[in-house]
Amino acid sequence: MPLFWLILIVLAIAAVGYVLGRSRAMSSAGGELSALHSLPSYYGANVAMKVIVPAFLLLIVWLLAQPFYVNNVISGMIPETSIAEGSSRGLVLAEVRRAARGLDNAVATGAMTEEFARNARADFADISTRLRDAGQIVTSEITQPILRAAQRYRVLNATGNLIMSIAVILVALFAAFWAIRETNAEFRARNVVEQGIKAILIAAASIAILTTIGIVLSLVFNTWEFFRLYPASDFFFGLTWSPSFSGRGSSSQLGILPLLWGTFYISIVALLVAVPIGLFAAVYLSEYAGPKVRAVAKPLLEVLAGIPTIVYGLFALLTVGPLLLSVFGNEGLGIMQAGTAVMTAGLVMGIMLIPFVSSLSDDIINAVPQAMRDGSYGLGATKSETVRQVILPAALPGIVGAILLAASRAIGETMIVVLGAGAAARLSLNPFEAMTTVTAKIVSQLTGDADFASPVALVAFALGMTLFVITLGLNIVALYIVRKYREQYD
Amino acid sequence: MNEMPSIEQANEMTESKISANKVQVFYGDNQAIKDVDIEIQPRSVTSFIGPSGCGKSTFLRTINRMNDTIDICRVEGSIKIDNEDIYDPKVDPVQLRAKVGMVFQKPNPFPKSIYDNIAYGPRIHGLARNKAELDDIVSSSLQKAGLWEEVKNRLDEPGTGMSGGQQQRLCIARAIAVSPEVILMDEPCSALDPIATAKVEELIDELRENYTIVIVTHSMQQAARVSQRTAFFHLGILVEEGLTEDIFTNPKDKRTQDYITGRFG
Repeated sequence: MPLFWLILIVLAIAAVGYVLGRSRAMSSAGGELSALHSLPSYYGANVAMKVIVPAFLLLIVWLLAQPFYVNNVISGMIPETSIAEGSSRGLVLAEVRRAARGLDNAVATGAMTEEFARNARADFADISTRLRDAGQIVTSEITQPILRAAQRYRVLNATGNLIMSIAVILVALFAAFWAIRETNAEFRARNVVEQGIKAILIAAASIAILTTIGIVLSLVFNTWEFFRLYPASDFFFGLTWSPSFSGRGSSSQLGILPLLWGTFYISIVALLVAVPIGLFAAVYLSEYAGPKVRAVAKPLLEVLAGIPTIVYGLFALLTVGPLLLSVFGNEGLGIMQAGTAVMTAGLVMGIMLIPFVSSLSDDIINAVPQAMRDGSYGLGATKSETVRQVILPAALPGIVGAILLAASRAIGETMIVVLGAGAAARLSLNPFEAMTTVTAKIVSQLTGDADFASPVALVAFALGMTLFVITLGLNIVALYIVRKYREQYD
Repeated sequence: MNEMPSIEQANEMTESKISANKVQVFYGDNQAIKDVDIEIQPRSVTSFIGPSGCGKSTFLRTINRMNDTIDICRVEGSIKIDNEDIYDPKVDPVQLRAKVGMVFQKPNPFPKSIYDNIAYGPRIHGLARNKAELDDIVSSSLQKAGLWEEVKNRLDEPGTGMSGGQQQRLCIARAIAVSPEVILMDEPCSALDPIATAKVEELIDELRENYTIVIVTHSMQQAARVSQRTAFFHLGILVEEGLTEDIFTNPKDKRTQDYITGRFG
């Protein structure tokens, strides 16, 4: 039974349960609303909740567990001898899955009957040809163990799915029956539903946190793998970045310092652009602009935040780069060789960050109580004196937080750098030279066709991990500053 | 706390510090204040009483043009301080506010140290030529506000860390530090407990020697305790104004009578 139908059936049971629970509650109270502990809809929701939650939980657990079980069984079926030299059990298992999928599709398109696909004594040369005729890709000749395994795989999966469907529907029906039975006028359905809602909210929050942990773990294992192949000291302190994609990358020099330097240099240029402009814009919008100007200007400024970064990258490549080149290039001052440079990427990234700084700062400045402004104006201070000496100090923790957030965005930015800053990893002080960043290199390391197990590809995970640790550190510092210096206004 | 009537009579003779003539205040299309005429005596405490929304705070805020910070607010008529029209285009509201200080309903110390809170006004107006002079202004302002003994050893601690009553006296000290001539107080004790209130009232009574004080209050007892003259506002109109004891013992207007006896408001 397709998953979609199963889910629909469970939902239908829940809907019926809702109606039944609701009407049972009504009838148990003799149609008198005031005799019920909770509103009728709560009794219905109680039933629906008790149907959906266990049934879907079972479904999810089953869907996660079944492949494990099936893989284990199949893996046990494949003898050591049928694993070819240079191959691995994982590759053979992948082949089994491919063959099974091929059989599935062949049956679905009518190229062979179900019995034929299941036939244990089927001739595998015949099956191979038939599969190929049916347009199913079979990489190599299907061998006896693989075919047997594939057939077993199909059977196991089919039985598993059938049992799962029955189990899920039974659980849903039993839960509906039980929940409807416990429904009576005294039953505190409202409290139960409240608990259920709390559980749903907790689940949502935990999923976000667990995903983060999952991301970190996936980075950690691959990073660990990389450091087994490449010395960590060379990675962290090496001054040269020159990956060699030939010969499994053994002659690569993978020092992160040029990349980090590029990252920080571009980010600093970006922040030098974004912070003053963003902050001044925020001060104007929150303190000086009238309501009409504000209503127009603020959304316009925030439109900048909605532009995809690739568009900023094009802007850097096609407009800002040539513009800078005409001033600082060989025609002009002669310190810029090409349009792609730290300055190009930094300026454009700075423009991208303006709405971050201004929007967050604007909110924070608005949160400074009017009483502070009144107090200052009441002493005869002008607007700019009030802003400089009362409002900005009061808003400073928040503004610093906003700037650090902008900084972590700058560090993580990729597209603008790829298009605007060039691809040369270089340790240089000249902002008009091409440099590159950690993120841009992660992209180029993983989009090549290097062997995934070589240090040249795995270095991407180490780079990602380093970047993650840096931005995490920045965020922690930002939170710490915001907490420590936050003024308590009541 | 009230002065002897004879001295009050003498005050009546002197020229008034603030004189308002036909003052109208509008918020957009709503008229909040209608035809207010009042003379406020120098070096005395005048209290504005009246039910909520009667316009007493609004009128108070016209005296130092704090209403200018509200876009939709419009003031007509004339208010003169020392015979100078404060709504004259030549008058800089910023300068005016240095001369007419204000203390607000809720204590609003800046998120700075106690010292910097007091020094804020003198710094922006350039009242001190050097650190020593600034120190003098800070300590004398705190002394005048009766706060010096409590805070002299912790001037560098944040002003926001003090108790509510101390914060309000800090705000008064902050207003004093720019040497104003008039101090406006908008319900300065409404957020304070009775003990802190008593201290602030005592302070107001002392400040009367050097400053002209106008106080808006919801507490009629407070008006009776601290002020020499009282003005009763109702629905944007100045109903009655006179010596405090006359207003409270022998009001001329029925509405004043009703209000002070608690029949409405």
